[in-house]
Amino acid sequence: MATIKNTLKFDWIIILLFLSLVSIGWVNIYSASYTQSGGSFFDFSNIYTKQLLWICLSFILIVFILALEAKFYERFSSIIYLVSLITLLGLYVLGNNVNGATSWYLIGPASIQPSEFAKAATALALAKYVSDIQTNMNAFKDQLKAFLILALPAIFIIPQPDPGSALIYVAFIFPLYREGLHFVYLLLGFFAAALFVGTLVIGAPWIGLLVALITIGIFLRNKKQKKKPSIFKYATIALACISFAFSVSYIFNNVFEQRHRDRFNIVLGKEIDTKGIGYNTNQSEIAIGSGGWFGKGWTQGTQTKGNFVPEQHTDYIFSTVGEEWGFIGSLGVVILFIFLIIRVLVLAEQQKSQFARVYGYSVGAILFFHFFINVGMVTGLFPTVGIPLPFFSYGGSGLWGFTILLFIFVRLDASNYYYT
Amino acid sequence: MRKFLLLFIVLVTAFVFTGRLFYLQIYDTSFAKLSENNAVKTVYDFPQRGYIFDRNGSLLVQNQPSYDVMVIPREIKDLDTVVFCELLDISKEKFLKKLATAKRYSPRLASPIIPQLTKEEYASLSEKIHKHRGFFIQKRSLRDYEVSHSANVLGYIREVDQNIIDRNPAYELGEIIGMTGIEKQYEQILRGTKGVKYIQKDRFNRDIGTYKEGIFDTLPKRGKDITLTIDAALQAYGEKLFTNKRGGIVAIEPSSGEILSLVTAPYYDPGLLVGRERSENFTKLYYDTIAIPLFDRGLKAEYPPGSPFKTLTALIAMQENVVRLDEKIECRGGYYYGKRGRKLGCHEHKSPINLQGGIAKSCNTYFCTVYKRVIEKYNTPQQGIDNWKNHLTSFGLGNYLGYDLPVGSKGKIPSSKTYNAKYPNNNWYATATISNAIGQGEVLLTPIQMANFTAAIANRGWWVRPHVIKKIQDHDTIAKGFKHKNKTSIDPKYFEPIIEGMHDVYRDGTASFLEIPDIEICGKTGTAENFKKINGSVKQLTDHSVFVAFAPKDNPKIAIAVFVENGYWGARWAGRIASLMIEKYIKGEITRTDMEAFVLNGSLEEEYNKPYAGKPFKINQ
Repeated sequence: MATIKNTLKFDWIIILLFLSLVSIGWVNIYSASYTQSGGSFFDFSNIYTKQLLWICLSFILIVFILALEAKFYERFSSIIYLVSLITLLGLYVLGNNVNGATSWYLIGPASIQPSEFAKAATALALAKYVSDIQTNMNAFKDQLKAFLILALPAIFIIPQPDPGSALIYVAFIFPLYREGLHFVYLLLGFFAAALFVGTLVIGAPWIGLLVALITIGIFLRNKKQKKKPSIFKYATIALACISFAFSVSYIFNNVFEQRHRDRFNIVLGKEIDTKGIGYNTNQSEIAIGSGGWFGKGWTQGTQTKGNFVPEQHTDYIFSTVGEEWGFIGSLGVVILFIFLIIRVLVLAEQQKSQFARVYGYSVGAILFFHFFINVGMVTGLFPTVGIPLPFFSYGGSGLWGFTILLFIFVRLDASNYYYT
Repeated sequence: MRKFLLLFIVLVTAFVFTGRLFYLQIYDTSFAKLSENNAVKTVYDFPQRGYIFDRNGSLLVQNQPSYDVMVIPREIKDLDTVVFCELLDISKEKFLKKLATAKRYSPRLASPIIPQLTKEEYASLSEKIHKHRGFFIQKRSLRDYEVSHSANVLGYIREVDQNIIDRNPAYELGEIIGMTGIEKQYEQILRGTKGVKYIQKDRFNRDIGTYKEGIFDTLPKRGKDITLTIDAALQAYGEKLFTNKRGGIVAIEPSSGEILSLVTAPYYDPGLLVGRERSENFTKLYYDTIAIPLFDRGLKAEYPPGSPFKTLTALIAMQENVVRLDEKIECRGGYYYGKRGRKLGCHEHKSPINLQGGIAKSCNTYFCTVYKRVIEKYNTPQQGIDNWKNHLTSFGLGNYLGYDLPVGSKGKIPSSKTYNAKYPNNNWYATATISNAIGQGEVLLTPIQMANFTAAIANRGWWVRPHVIKKIQDHDTIAKGFKHKNKTSIDPKYFEPIIEGMHDVYRDGTASFLEIPDIEICGKTGTAENFKKINGSVKQLTDHSVFVAFAPKDNPKIAIAVFVENGYWGARWAGRIASLMIEKYIKGEITRTDMEAFVLNGSLEEEYNKPYAGKPFKINQ
């Protein structure tokens, strides 16, 4: 039964959560970047002034996104995706190197980072492909095609080098799983991660031995129970695991650069070096840890003021929250993020069109991955991976990228009842 | 399942992060301290040390500014060594050596490269130093001594080192601490309270402003001034009298326990331990193991007191009721005791003799006789000697007196334990301890203990704990312990005969030539045998010259103990010095200039060199 409504119903909960996160984010950027001797508030060389400008401009962007027809996004998704890929490739010709990564176009005073926009484009393209009637997520060929859509931007991004941004594309495994991808893919991913970390911690030979022993154990047990297990099958699985461990070891030692190895070693507790490579994480933990229940107060954080945490206004902005607003403040921010992600996922479930559902799921997964990896890194749970905290971290491209990502979904959701 | 997996993971993540935040922010409290160390620099503003005055209000010690050229090795940039060395007036080798030392100490922290510039040097350097990066001039406060005496009383200060800071965490590098004397004893008062400024640092350790707008900052509080009981004029005179002699003087005002003078010789100018030459001078003083100028003889040296101790023997004998005042005891050139007729010799004087005469003539026989009666009054000599000891303890002997200077010795008053340990089966009798009667034997006293018992006699039975503090700025009163009258165990009525005897010492006794016109003076000579280990063998040296006195006889103003190492008989040096000191204090001037000249010109250096000359030598010449 199709009813077409003439008025659009935007989800104000998402919009409110967005506004709160952006404004709280800005307040913390202000604290992290202002100096006691700093100049006028309206001086555009101030980081916080620039960010305020990006935020204001993002409101115009939102109006623009919401004004467009929902159909537009579905119809033009392939083109948007292609344009996005071209801008990523174009970096290798026209890009500028900032902080060692060629991830930016410099246009006058502004710099644009295409990888931040590529996420929304990829989500659109994936949603479009998956929602196509002819696509069957259980057919290997279609799975391969879907993976290709995800892999292309990631492959273009990695050599910039920006492994952090590329890592985010793993998030798309969740919408794919939601749409019927076999659970085994998730399990494989989880198992591979366990083997990966295990190899780094205790070394490939031990992992190999462990895998062999477990396999033999299970095999013998099954044999006792007269299940007639196939030796070939067990041997193959064990061999695959062992060769995976050894190749991880090989890649880690020969393909990774030293700085990547260092990052992993610190987080795995293999190296304790507070003044050297573990500096960021350590200082960030100190900043958060010194916040206590209620924090040191806005602009009163000594770690923040002293610039002890590098990149604090960008990737490490959450440590400012921890230091100045304490447990209560940082818990509040965590709750806001969790609410936003859950709201997006819940709304995605309610979408009547598969396109909107896949897209919404992608949005939720991407936001979650960013949040998960960033906060995990800043609180010292995960390796240092340079990705921003959505809506919080300083940077125009990042803010706009997430704004576009989120508000396309808000627009799609508002048209939910257009579809039957 | 497919619908809920991601939701489930999101919620688990929320719990994990909440737990992690709780752990970091609430559970583990070490981070707050870490962040403070990280980001807040504490800068101290050291206060001026309090001044020190003498009892008449004349200034003894104040402060002077001093300027050190400091270096932070890491911050040196484009240094033209030749030009800079010329500016500092220092050789290049010496400069590079000092720089290397500073670097070894810490490349990041400031260390002095040229300490204690003169004012002229400072004036010319201060304009040019800023051109040389990594160097700066630091002002600090040093002691400025207005007098060249009393080094032993005043003590010295030094900059704290890491050892001291480890023991007293209240001190910071660059701060000053009193090491001896008054500076040490009243450190907390003189020191003041340092001011503190908290400065916010960034990760390059640069200052970026005050921490929390300075709400925790404090201003330094100047140290409080101290007035001593020492009479500067008397003290200076005492040191002067000890020219070329070794020994000490302790003078006390009997009614108050105030120490008027505390001399130790050899002495040194306190100004030696300030300024550029400080460490050189200190080393010289520290390693002089023969004259040991840093050893405060007045407080620390333990000597057999000799004859002055007879006054106490007499007092105890009267209190124990073993002798009558008018009882005369015959002296046949010595005291005979023991089975084999052992003899403790005496000098020639009229005989028989009563108590007052015994003191005036210092008769050994008399005091040995009454001492034996005191010990034998009880069933066992053990009880006797412990009872005797209790009397002496009431004079403050055999233990620290509790005065307000940081060094001292207990001296020694033997007890039954001493002799039980010495003789097997506790088989000993009064005669074994007979030398105690005349202040030899096992008895050892410090000069301040001798001055103290003399003050107790002058007071006719009580004493106030000796002290050098008279007033602390902004304090109404000094410690109660320095006002309390300690009663001796001797009835006041027994003191008069003793005092008469001591008065006779001057009138027609062992010190008759030391009388001071118009002052009724009481005293007692002493001659103390002494032994010293030199090159591994113990040798007897010339006797110490000992003297105690107080004056005037009624309403005494000063009680004094003087001893002169190897000065031979009591009146020879110690008696003269005591006499001059008393006259100086009471009259303010010296009428007997001949005696003064004799003492000032007299030197015992020859006597002191004898044992070290490597030849056999004679004593008591």
